[in-house]
Amino acid sequence: MEELKFLVAPETGKGLREGHLYDLAIVGGGPAGLTAGVYAARKKLDTLLVSRDIGGQTLLTSDIENYMGYHYISGKELAAKFEEQVKAYPIDIAVGEEVVSLGKGGEDFVLTTATRKEIRARAVIVATGKRSRPLNVPGERELVGRGVSYCAVCDAPLFSGKDVAVIGAGNSGATAVVDLIKIADRVYVVDIMPGWRADPVLVERIAAAGAKVKAYFGHEVVRIEGRDRVEGIVIRPRGGGEEVRLPVQGVFIEIGLIPNSDLAKGFLALNEAGEIVVDCRCRTSVPGVFAAGDVTDVPEKQVIIAAGEGAKAALSAYAYLIGQRR
Amino acid sequence: MALLDENVRSEVERVFAELSGEVKLLVFTQEFECDYCAETRGLAEELAALSDKVEVETHDLLGSKALAEVYGIDKIPAIVVLGEGGKDYGIRFFGVPAGYEFSSLLEAIKVASTGDSGLSPEAKEALKGLRNPVHIQVFVTLTCPYCPMAVQLAHRCAVESELVRADMVEASEFPHLANRYGVYAVPKVVMNERVSFEGALPERAFIDYLLQAGS
Repeated sequence: MEELKFLVAPETGKGLREGHLYDLAIVGGGPAGLTAGVYAARKKLDTLLVSRDIGGQTLLTSDIENYMGYHYISGKELAAKFEEQVKAYPIDIAVGEEVVSLGKGGEDFVLTTATRKEIRARAVIVATGKRSRPLNVPGERELVGRGVSYCAVCDAPLFSGKDVAVIGAGNSGATAVVDLIKIADRVYVVDIMPGWRADPVLVERIAAAGAKVKAYFGHEVVRIEGRDRVEGIVIRPRGGGEEVRLPVQGVFIEIGLIPNSDLAKGFLALNEAGEIVVDCRCRTSVPGVFAAGDVTDVPEKQVIIAAGEGAKAALSAYAYLIGQRR
Repeated sequence: MALLDENVRSEVERVFAELSGEVKLLVFTQEFECDYCAETRGLAEELAALSDKVEVETHDLLGSKALAEVYGIDKIPAIVVLGEGGKDYGIRFFGVPAGYEFSSLLEAIKVASTGDSGLSPEAKEALKGLRNPVHIQVFVTLTCPYCPMAVQLAHRCAVESELVRADMVEASEFPHLANRYGVYAVPKVVMNERVSFEGALPERAFIDYLLQAGS
């Protein structure tokens, strides 16, 4: 049996004050948003942090071994530490709220949540992160929750003794494989590229599992099969060749991420990938709106980079607000 | 060895400072304790030690068969969270409420203590329209960050409506149930065996399903 951990949820009591004009609204509660929260609070900005959850993608990562100061820490523990630090300051935090639109309302910015709450602020930081990219193959949509999963850390325990496939051989795919080795009977890895793109330390760990893991590199997924639940996937070599059917009950899709930038569409400049374009001070195309972390066009998607960008965005927002006061 | 470390204990004390009414945790286990039975009992005992408003009563599933039937306990480990005066709101935990679900246990203790579901006024109004009993089972894993949202919403509905009973079910401890209900993703919510869905839905959508299940 694994050692049990006990996590206490964020205190959500403070919530958001509707009708109140905040200095700064931070959208997103991942490493970028939480770090921005701490920096904004230290500048005594009247701040609201609004987010679906606290931790963002960090929650979906089982092990983090490259965040400085922690030789090894689990994603949820790191998120809990971030949360503890941000909650040491008197800012409003509204968890469980998703911001669906962002625009101008007179001199201020107006944000609307999925539950139709309205937030007003003089400056905004968008730190909404990314979400899983779908494969877009037949069978995928129909079988989500029937064996198709985008959250390996959530759903892996349900596949004890079963055969599974992980699509994607980057860092998130490799992490999913490492988790699944302990649980599943057999783990297939499928990727269109000719080999692993994950950090060598992860690849070594997978190699140590031996024949339990079988990789199909240079293959693409043709379809996911099954009626009420996943029964298998069909893959074929890229550039032609014979189809192969893998009899699996679970398919974990880890082929990268798409930015959560829907709230900014038509308001902020986005690049082709849908990421918010920022300059080196985290400024977006609209003065007063800043962005940080994975949702931006900053190339590397790492916890430590997102946290650093969050700090930058808060300091830039502070400079902007000071300038406005003149 | 204590299950809860000092940091967690002080967080729990912060939550427990808000308790108003007394809460009783009924723990069901058995003589030869099952996987996680000892941990579940130990957890309840450690929590009770942190507040004079929280009390634990441990029962053997077979030895206290009649009581188990009263509370609808058919598997262990199980925790029933009772409010002031032993009021049964219908809050159940099957499997150890560790990991992310620990916060669901704390939340359940809080709502059972105050007797206020904390649902929105619209949700409270909508639940008055419920006609028949609904049994909600929320399947979770302990590593799922979205699961507590579904569990806590289900428990809130149980507190709000006498017709609702809400169970957290830790899927990996009850594989036969996970198999029977086709749990391949969590949270998975099953209502009265006839309505089921995956994901942590917002309050309004969750209650729409609940009303459908109880129609």
